[in-house]
Amino acid sequence: MAGSGSRIRIKDTQGVTQIEFIDRNILDEANIQAIGEEIGSIIDRSAKPQLLISFANVDHLSSAALGTLITVNTKIRNKGGRLCLANIDPQIYEVFVITRLNQLFDIKESTEEALKSFG
Amino acid sequence: MVNDRDQIAALQDLVVEAAEELGYSRSARFALRLALEEAITNAFKHGHRSLPDSTPVEIEYAVGPERIRVAVQDQGPGFRPESVPDPTLDENLETPGGRGLVLMRAYMSRIAFNESGNRVELELRRPETE
Repeated sequence: MAGSGSRIRIKDTQGVTQIEFIDRNILDEANIQAIGEEIGSIIDRSAKPQLLISFANVDHLSSAALGTLITVNTKIRNKGGRLCLANIDPQIYEVFVITRLNQLFDIKESTEEALKSFG
Repeated sequence: MVNDRDQIAALQDLVVEAAEELGYSRSARFALRLALEEAITNAFKHGHRSLPDSTPVEIEYAVGPERIRVAVQDQGPGFRPESVPDPTLDENLETPGGRGLVLMRAYMSRIAFNESGNRVELELRRPETE
């Protein structure tokens, strides 16, 4: 599902909300802010959010996007939920390593592996 | 250049495509686009924090066979790069901002600020010429 003007696709599988990005480049502040608000409203609606964010279509990611992911992670944790990231291209994964955010986020190779980890 | 997403994306495309024509690798072009994004974002978001939205930043670039140079200069008061907390420290890992500088430093061969801190120069050398 992707509403008009939405920058993400949302799907529910086995109680886990799967999110995919529509844009290949997650770079500019305005789009990132809109994405953050959209994911924020999903978290707000859930008692114990279980989110899987897939980067399958993503070629570029800026520090602003990392900041939004951190905010999302904090919101989910504060509600006792869980965030998992998956399908991260090696070049993008390097951005997580450089910033040491690979140690903050739960990152899985694939959607299947991530879904399994939710149990 | 003003703070307009289409203009910023067009400039990034121009520089990255010029690099591609000269045979720079996919990873070099990835690094270049990321560093450009971070430098331009910093200029508008932080450099121009107290200035009207229409205030332009100046961007110079030179794409050559051995190195690519880009300079981004804003019209703000500047900042001291050493005053930016290290976001990779354990205590700062969950702070949402402040990673642009780390990424520019990691991906570029050289990064330098002018004395007042409102101009950043980025240089990316071809790996084989380093």
